[in-house]
Amino acid sequence: MITKVTHMCVYVLDQDSAYDFYINKLGFKVHTDVPMGPDARWLTVTPPGQSELELTLFPVKEGSTFNAETARTMTDLVKKGTFGAAVFTCQDLMATYEELKGKGVEFKKAPTKEFYGYEALFKDDSGNWFSLSQLNPEK
Amino acid sequence: MVSQNIEPEQYPKLYLYRRIVQAKLFIDRRYAEQIDLAQIADEACFSRFHFTRLFKSSYGKTPHNYLTEVRMDNAQQLLAQGEPVSGVCFSVGFDSSTSFAALFKKHFGVSPSVYQARQLKKQTSFAENPLRAVPNCFAETHGWKKSNIQ
Repeated sequence: MITKVTHMCVYVLDQDSAYDFYINKLGFKVHTDVPMGPDARWLTVTPPGQSELELTLFPVKEGSTFNAETARTMTDLVKKGTFGAAVFTCQDLMATYEELKGKGVEFKKAPTKEFYGYEALFKDDSGNWFSLSQLNPEK
Repeated sequence: MVSQNIEPEQYPKLYLYRRIVQAKLFIDRRYAEQIDLAQIADEACFSRFHFTRLFKSSYGKTPHNYLTEVRMDNAQQLLAQGEPVSGVCFSVGFDSSTSFAALFKKHFGVSPSVYQARQLKKQTSFAENPLRAVPNCFAETHGWKKSNIQ
């Protein structure tokens, strides 16, 4: 029986830039940041209220995982915003939307009212998009 | 029901949201100083009671609890960086090492010194063998072996 998710992989174009985005803009916490030799780094972050779920910020670059062609294709796809990586929730979408916008986070969709609550879509610094939802709008 | 766009100006009480966010960011910036609820409420131009109610509605915790949480999070970071426990207490805004240690243990279940010892031990372990930090499936995918990462 599968019990929980512990790691998710988010493909990013630049790990340093992704670190700044996820930590300083989204307010995530660094879980693990370990160099893996001279050219690689294992970097995982966690949402502020969910320390057991690690988002692995994995760089798209030519190497063992991607050959040159695949790395180019992946870079294009990530930049274009092809990948929707996850759904995040928050206590109050309007407050979170205002805060993140103020920190320079780009929203591809402003908050809308849905049958389950409110939802907005934002992009990370690479182009991956995420849903940000509030499931209890009737406060 | 289809999606219904909400323009920012149509949010219920947008100006309140902005002031609450302003107060939250004030805590994020100034947690290391001797700030209290009155100062935070003043920053948002609210009465203390009204401010506490609105803040809790937006963030699920009182301003005081949020401030404590920010201080605890930053204390964890400093301890993991090897800062002396006695200094961490004052660096994150506490004026009593006893109350700091008690709150830290209440939050994380261990004392600051035990937490620090565990973190430093983990870092040493990762420095000796970085593969200990990575699930094997990822290490294999990336071609990381002990021989080529140290």
